[in-house]
Amino acid sequence: MREITQQTIVERFSAAVDAALRRVDAETVAQLQTALRNETNEHARFALQTILENDAYCEKTAAYPCQDTGLAVVFADVGEDVCCRGLREAVDAAIRIAYKTARKSAADPLSRSNTGDNTPAVLHVRLVKGDKLTLHFLAKGAGSENMSRMYMLPPSRGRAGIVESVVDCVKIAGANPCPPIVLGVGVGGNFELAALLSKRALIEPIDNRPAPDLEREILSAVNATGIGAQGFGGTTTALEARVLTAPTHIGMLPVAVNVQCHSVRHCTLVL
Amino acid sequence: MKQLTLPLTPDERLFLRAGDVVSLSGVLYTARDAAHKRMVEALASGAPLPFPLRDSAIYYCGPTPAAEHEIIGSCGPTTSARMDAYAPTLLDAGNTVMIGKGKRDKTVMDAIVRNKAVYFAAIGGAAALIKSCVKQCDCVAYAELGCEAVYRLTVENFVLIVAVDAHGNTILQ
Repeated sequence: MREITQQTIVERFSAAVDAALRRVDAETVAQLQTALRNETNEHARFALQTILENDAYCEKTAAYPCQDTGLAVVFADVGEDVCCRGLREAVDAAIRIAYKTARKSAADPLSRSNTGDNTPAVLHVRLVKGDKLTLHFLAKGAGSENMSRMYMLPPSRGRAGIVESVVDCVKIAGANPCPPIVLGVGVGGNFELAALLSKRALIEPIDNRPAPDLEREILSAVNATGIGAQGFGGTTTALEARVLTAPTHIGMLPVAVNVQCHSVRHCTLVL
Repeated sequence: MKQLTLPLTPDERLFLRAGDVVSLSGVLYTARDAAHKRMVEALASGAPLPFPLRDSAIYYCGPTPAAEHEIIGSCGPTTSARMDAYAPTLLDAGNTVMIGKGKRDKTVMDAIVRNKAVYFAAIGGAAALIKSCVKQCDCVAYAELGCEAVYRLTVENFVLIVAVDAHGNTILQ
């Protein structure tokens, strides 16, 4: 069986995460540029211009685009034919190194005492076919994560209910998650699977997502709210809605909405 | 763009209107969740405050650590709503300028009008740009809170937008 050492994971993953923390996803920057071209609200244009200027500055200087370098969220897809002993420790060691100069935001929920090194990572492990280890990383700040929501709908609410739930979530969030936002929407499964799907939609580049029509419907409804960039009004509340689905119970329609700010900092490493 | 120097006079505060873009220079203090809690507790018990509240400017910010050659790390605004529980107490005790991102609740909106204060929005997620207008940064209190400590920042040309003016008008949707 193929083996990947802890040392390999630590070295390669810490380098990838460090680089990811210092730049905004190129596709998101392109979406922000499109948004600026289409936006007419002067306050929202000011916000979008400032954001684009910031992201370009970071591309040049490797500064952190946002001071909130987030909790480290990691999805590890482990091939059935690869052995990576000590994966948990290796991931945390990599995060510890990558966050050396970033902000340490991890704290005990009760005492509020800071863990000091931004570990532990929020790690989700999945078994997949093959002999590769794939690590997806997302830096998830509090501003947007705090505005995420779960809706356990009755099936009778149907497609309209899904769209209404996302719009409800976005309206409650208002300017707090730093719009323009990206929406990860998990539909189906159960309580925790819907939440996981909503995060996976944000963290993993997935082609051929199952519901492009629903994504367009959600995006257009969300952008009709008029919240706009930074809550200053206008048409650009969200850049994208990404929906993932899973079979659910005949009596359930779970909808999880994971809100992501415009400062999308992520990477994927295949070992 | 209006050029303003802190502290703002009552006239300057009353003159500003929601949506005005300003370039702010002078001294402000960072404080977020934990520091706010401690300041309000200090006010209640008569303990000393980390800085004089009278005509102060408070910036809701927890910066990333400074790199070796730098004054401060990236330092954008955090969500103001989390400070809503504390802000009216600080406003009534003399604070007149708040900088953050996102909407305020009714108690804060009322306290803004009552005290002729101003709430500015910095652009959330433009934290690297903001770092370049910080000319000096000193930790003045609660150092053990790390990024949540109170830092005294001297800023030059910090570009902000008036989110809520002293008359209670807002641009926030």
